[in-house]
Amino acid sequence: MSTGWNREQMAARAAQDIPDGSYVNLGIGIPELVAQFVPEGREFIYHTENGLLGMGPTPDEDERDLDLMNAGKKYITAVPGAAFFHHADSFSMIRGGHIDVCVLGTMQVAENGDIANWSTGAPGAIPAVGGAMDLVQGVKKIYVITQHTTKTGEPKLVKRCSYPLTGPGVVSRIYTDLAVVDVTDAGFQVAELAPGVTFEEVEQKTGASILPPE
Amino acid sequence: MINKKYSSVSGAVADIPDGATVMVGGFGASGSPVELIHALIDHGAKGLTVINNNTGNGEVGLAALIGNGQVSKMICSFPRSSQSRVFPELYKQGKIELELVPQGTLAERIRSAGAGIPAFYTPTTVGTVLAEGKEMREFDGRSYVMEPWLRADFALVKCEVADSLGNLLYNKTARNFSPLMCMAATTTIVQTKKLVSPGEIDPEHVVTPGIFVDRIVEVADPIHEDILIAEGRSYP
Repeated sequence: MSTGWNREQMAARAAQDIPDGSYVNLGIGIPELVAQFVPEGREFIYHTENGLLGMGPTPDEDERDLDLMNAGKKYITAVPGAAFFHHADSFSMIRGGHIDVCVLGTMQVAENGDIANWSTGAPGAIPAVGGAMDLVQGVKKIYVITQHTTKTGEPKLVKRCSYPLTGPGVVSRIYTDLAVVDVTDAGFQVAELAPGVTFEEVEQKTGASILPPE
Repeated sequence: MINKKYSSVSGAVADIPDGATVMVGGFGASGSPVELIHALIDHGAKGLTVINNNTGNGEVGLAALIGNGQVSKMICSFPRSSQSRVFPELYKQGKIELELVPQGTLAERIRSAGAGIPAFYTPTTVGTVLAEGKEMREFDGRSYVMEPWLRADFALVKCEVADSLGNLLYNKTARNFSPLMCMAATTTIVQTKKLVSPGEIDPEHVVTPGIFVDRIVEVADPIHEDILIAEGRSYP
């Protein structure tokens, strides 16, 4: 049976693909862990869309500032050299193509790079979009970190998203517990298998055709 | 002589009529003008359209305004969060209307209103259900969605330091939508933690120039919404 990557290892693997000096926006959940695994010798500057460039780690409880939060409404710190700004400037950074990398979680991602991570579209559900649609359209590179399947074993890498899209054709690379998968013109292609995982297992747990590593 | 000072939050919101469109600054709890919102609850104007990124938390501030039945429509990007209960319940009962706007589009629609630009094109929502029925146009081979400006009759905003001319400074991420809302409303009402004389704020540091601000009330010891929620408080 497979061993694969745990959440921290998935985040650490994604961090390796972020170039030195990148401006990075991290989504809520596993993507937040990327900040703990910056490769030695590299510096990333973190953007949080509620108005801060230069987000630092979570403060101790007695050092919290109630007016210093991230987009997930968690208390954070600001690193030396940080900058505060209003929402129009913050989304100019996003929409204007100034942020280099965004790492997001997802519900589904399709072989053509479509991503669905904001709504199940279920009747009666309260829709909430936040900044997700701005991020996927504006940031230069969209990386996704996700378990390869749902808790009930359904594939999250699919031929076409059944949930409402956040954005079409925007994802370039996916980091799962089983593999690193590229979105190419020919569809999904495994770039790297997690330790102890076979290509056949990845293929079997993917809801679309997928090419083996080159 | 220019005099924008008001002596009380109740006086500053006293002429907000039923049916007004009101922008409320803040992102979650940070930057939420709790005292001004509570004054609006006491004042009692109804049938309001409220513009905020969220829909309030717990049973204080914006959530209390909604819970008091004063809001008929919310325009926001993220109407539910772990601490929001009032809006979801009314929404499920069909008692409140929701216009869902992506966060960056919400910010730019507000900014555009303040800048006198009636509409703009954005790539955000292209290829999604939120673009359905909207005017599309191609620029340099890429599709964009047209979005209209978003104006308001009043804006309620919290800041850290104001001078009596309305020049404002904010505190960290409590700034968020507030400078945009100051520009976009016909009447902008600001609560400030500290009120100073003209000249005490370095002109190089001014974030919101006073031309965008109409009324200033000093609330020297503002209550942070997170504290009220942690204490399980409700309003009124």
